[in-house]
Amino acid sequence: MAKSKPRVKVPKTAKAGEIITIKTLISHKMETGLRKDKKSGELIPRKIINHFKAEFNGTTVFETVMEPAVSSNPYIQFKMKVPESGEVVFTWTDDDGSKYTTKKKIKVG
Amino acid sequence: MRLNRRQVLILGAGATAVAAAGVPTMSIAADDPTAQQVIDKFTGGAAATSGRVDLGTPEIAENGNTVPIQVSVESPMTTDDHVAEVLIVADGNPRPDVAVFKFTELSGEAAASTRIRLAKTQNVIAVAKMSDGSFFMAKNAVKVTIGGCGG
Amino acid sequence: MAKSRNSIASILAAAGIVAAGVYGTASAGPDDNQLIVEGQSMVTEAAAPEGVEVEKIYSGWRFRSSETQSLQMDDFENPAMPLVDIGTDIWGTEDGAAGKSCQSCHNDASDSMKGIRAGYPKWSDKRGKPHTLETQINECRTDRMEAKAWKWESSEMLSMTALVGFQSRGMPVNVTTDGPMTKWHDMGKDLYFTRVGQLNMSCANCHEDNYGNMIRADHLSQGQINGFPTYRLKWGGVGSSHRRFKGCMENIRAVAYKRGSDEFIALELYLASRGQGLSVETPAVRN
Repeated sequence: MAKSKPRVKVPKTAKAGEIITIKTLISHKMETGLRKDKKSGELIPRKIINHFKAEFNGTTVFETVMEPAVSSNPYIQFKMKVPESGEVVFTWTDDDGSKYTTKKKIKVG
Repeated sequence: MRLNRRQVLILGAGATAVAAAGVPTMSIAADDPTAQQVIDKFTGGAAATSGRVDLGTPEIAENGNTVPIQVSVESPMTTDDHVAEVLIVADGNPRPDVAVFKFTELSGEAAASTRIRLAKTQNVIAVAKMSDGSFFMAKNAVKVTIGGCGG
Repeated sequence: MAKSRNSIASILAAAGIVAAGVYGTASAGPDDNQLIVEGQSMVTEAAAPEGVEVEKIYSGWRFRSSETQSLQMDDFENPAMPLVDIGTDIWGTEDGAAGKSCQSCHNDASDSMKGIRAGYPKWSDKRGKPHTLETQINECRTDRMEAKAWKWESSEMLSMTALVGFQSRGMPVNVTTDGPMTKWHDMGKDLYFTRVGQLNMSCANCHEDNYGNMIRADHLSQGQINGFPTYRLKWGGVGSSHRRFKGCMENIRAVAYKRGSDEFIALELYLASRGQGLSVETPAVRN
């Protein structure tokens, strides 16, 4: 894949204290480091997204540490208890150090 | 099963064809830990009790590349009593560790879903670390079908 | 060590293909599930088009496990959707000596590309043969944008065919097979029924005579192409119908035609015509 593109589903509004479901997807090959190149016979170096984090107004909501056994284009679904209006910041960290982020606002009312 | 020479030849040709169709060639490093070692490292050697962990996996995975799994753990998720982390292990993979989900009070519920790679038919194990230092687990067998039509 | 394990798996897989051939034992047929994506109901079964010798036509979705089916029912679970987003970015990005983007001529894809995928492959006077989405996109790139053509299976091309195809989602497949297309339709039909390869099989042997049966661990579909480009679990990514054709041909140990070849364009047209009336499902999810 040329680049990684995140995609997240967060309800726009929620009641205070409501537990919502958040769905996240990101395009990434998740190269395991266990495969060999069919032509050269060389191991293809590992390159995965190894960490995912969701923060709400600066506080961590949920994290995932990922190993190469997570499928390509990683999908992660989790829950969040909404205390107030604010913004969820999603961050994926690649083996090469690059970070992919996206944000979604939630309004309590 | 006894094979005559003709069958062996056919099998050989088939193996080549299937390899060409993209069955990944895996290699295992000698120092890769076993599933039990991964779990022991997570629990610090403490025993994990069966229960409280609900692990959802398909009985038969249509393709081992993308096997959807869901895990949830019974817990009030308060400051004093919550699920801290859940480890996911696949005991038949060349590398058994899969993922660790880390929850907080803001999680509300200790529930998460993802999709994982299973190299063959094996057990998927979820181990939950509770805030009081106790551990609970669940184990499901998942059958992985290898093939018919590669392409 | 693991290599030997995989070799055994490979041998078993091959033995399955050889021993079972198309003589599947279980006969399950398509299921009765309903495909609703983001509130939109898809047509996954329809009357067989004239000349197609099956009782009814069914989308490949109906032959998949419930886990695979559910991946396509929510655009935030469908692993192909980030590619559609990437396609949207490319749509608005200038490229080539003419300083144009897709958007410069076609404005918003969700308006201008509505229904386009449903009618492809489509006759092109200029080309003197049918256009697939890929060849049409590349003609735009080279002639109008003065940009380099994309490779058939490049992530850029797949992003663009996914984006364009997505605008027809839920609309019925409706290709034209008369006039100058007749010759191409007939060529595709010939290919469909011709036995090839070391296993001496035609498309029809599996997908017309044995759909619904198991070919070892795989539940055979009718080989409909209304969901392409499709995310395949096997590929761990999105691919074109021509990539799938190539894989099928290699399975029956034939020398596959090339992506974009006249043969595969003809086959794509004929297969599209066998799926007239099914909803376009792009981007679909299959095993």
